Amino acid sequence: MGKVAEETLLDKKGIERAITRISHEILEKNDGADTLVIIGILTRGADLAKRIAGKIKEIEGVDIPVGLLDINLYRDDVHGKLDQPIIQRTEILFNVVDRNVILVDDVLFTGRTIRAALDAIVDFGRARSIQLAVLIDRGHRELPIRPDYVGKNIPTSKDDRVLVRLGERDDREVVVAEKAALKAETENKGRKKE
Amino acid sequence: MKLHSRHLLGLENVTADEINLILDTAESFREIIDRPIKKVPTLRGVTVLNLFYESSTRTRISFELAEKRLSADTIGFSPLVSSVKKGESLKDTVRNIEAMKIDMVVVRHSSAGVPYYLTHCVESNIINAGDGSHEHPTQALLDLFSIRKKCGKLAGLRVVLIGDVKHSRVVRSNIWGLKTMGASVAVCGPSTLLPYEVEKFGVDVYTNLDEAIDGADVVNIMRIQLERQQAGLLPSQREYTNLFGMTGERLKRLNKNFTIMHPGPMNRGVEITPEVADHESSVILEQVTNGQAIRMAVLYLLSGKKEQEG
Repeated sequence: MGKVAEETLLDKKGIERAITRISHEILEKNDGADTLVIIGILTRGADLAKRIAGKIKEIEGVDIPVGLLDINLYRDDVHGKLDQPIIQRTEILFNVVDRNVILVDDVLFTGRTIRAALDAIVDFGRARSIQLAVLIDRGHRELPIRPDYVGKNIPTSKDDRVLVRLGERDDREVVVAEKAALKAETENKGRKKE
Repeated sequence: MKLHSRHLLGLENVTADEINLILDTAESFREIIDRPIKKVPTLRGVTVLNLFYESSTRTRISFELAEKRLSADTIGFSPLVSSVKKGESLKDTVRNIEAMKIDMVVVRHSSAGVPYYLTHCVESNIINAGDGSHEHPTQALLDLFSIRKKCGKLAGLRVVLIGDVKHSRVVRSNIWGLKTMGASVAVCGPSTLLPYEVEKFGVDVYTNLDEAIDGADVVNIMRIQLERQQAGLLPSQREYTNLFGMTGERLKRLNKNFTIMHPGPMNRGVEITPEVADHESSVILEQVTNGQAIRMAVLYLLSGKKEQEG
């Protein structure tokens, strides 16, 4: 008992393939890498952004500027929370004006994080376009936001949790879903239900 | 990690973890000041009262800009053009302004303890921007931040605070903060401007500047506060300059990679010569820029904390 039911959505190889495909799609859609900059949402979106930049360098031999973005200052639910989220350092050391910005996050869910990120990027200047790349799209949008590049679409129930674990900061490399229904059942019966 | 109190009254009871949280958060906010659009929407809808009973350039503008960069609404208050002139008390003044729905109060006052007193009068978060000779926590925090940025650490550094130790709230807050962070602290000034039992702060005490600064990593030079001087504490300004003025000649006694600081406003030619003030190792203007980031961090970290939390 105690272990929550997990379903593996992507393994190490799967994550690698998704990043490779997304990188190719980005290059195809933007006619190469000349106009591109990549901005990753801290923390794991930033890890993925660096990987995509690395992959694009492998394919095209071009170094793309990578920025890191903390969206907490742009959240719509900061007030009323007792403790403020820890602010990490935003690092966008290049100009976004007239660039095609690839915004990267790990999981796309309600769309509220992306809304905050869009507001933040607009404060850095007027990009030519902002395109969204996510490793997992799990549905249940609360705002009119859609991704341009998706690693994998996963139908989930709203109470499920989708966890992305990456080698950069975790002890394993995998995407798993913790099923709400199974979780409840597990807790009721006191043993793991496969 | 979070702050324990919903007010910032001083650094005396603030832990090393809390100071680190504030400095790290300020590090993240520092970047916003360099953006083309120097504003984030974080404190939208929060109203801050800047209650300055004493004059101020840096601190007041710094707080106001910090509030504006976080999108808070700000109200300035100055007693000279308010009903304080008609005899309204501090308590009534603040309670009436709070009745117009404000959330935070930044207060400066010539009496020690006013920020603490206000925590019992109103429900807003209170931030001390200097109370009498007691504390000036955001100044000390920005000093810590500036030292950490330049030296890469605080623990183990030898920091000398020079000047009017008796009347300086900046010195007191600096002593608490620096000692909490593990720095070794010395104070130096004429014996008439050292408080009784100053050594009980756990600092080295000097009345000879050359001995005090021998091998120091950081010297933080305080302003001679002419408005707080009672007669007879200093024989003359000239004598003070000779004995305690920081001169180019004296810089040679410091550790290499030393840092010169001054909280401002400077009396050039009194406690600091222009040569020292404009020396390449002086971070006096960086202190001012960093102050904004520190105040943004403090406003941000306290703003989430509501009444019942204590």
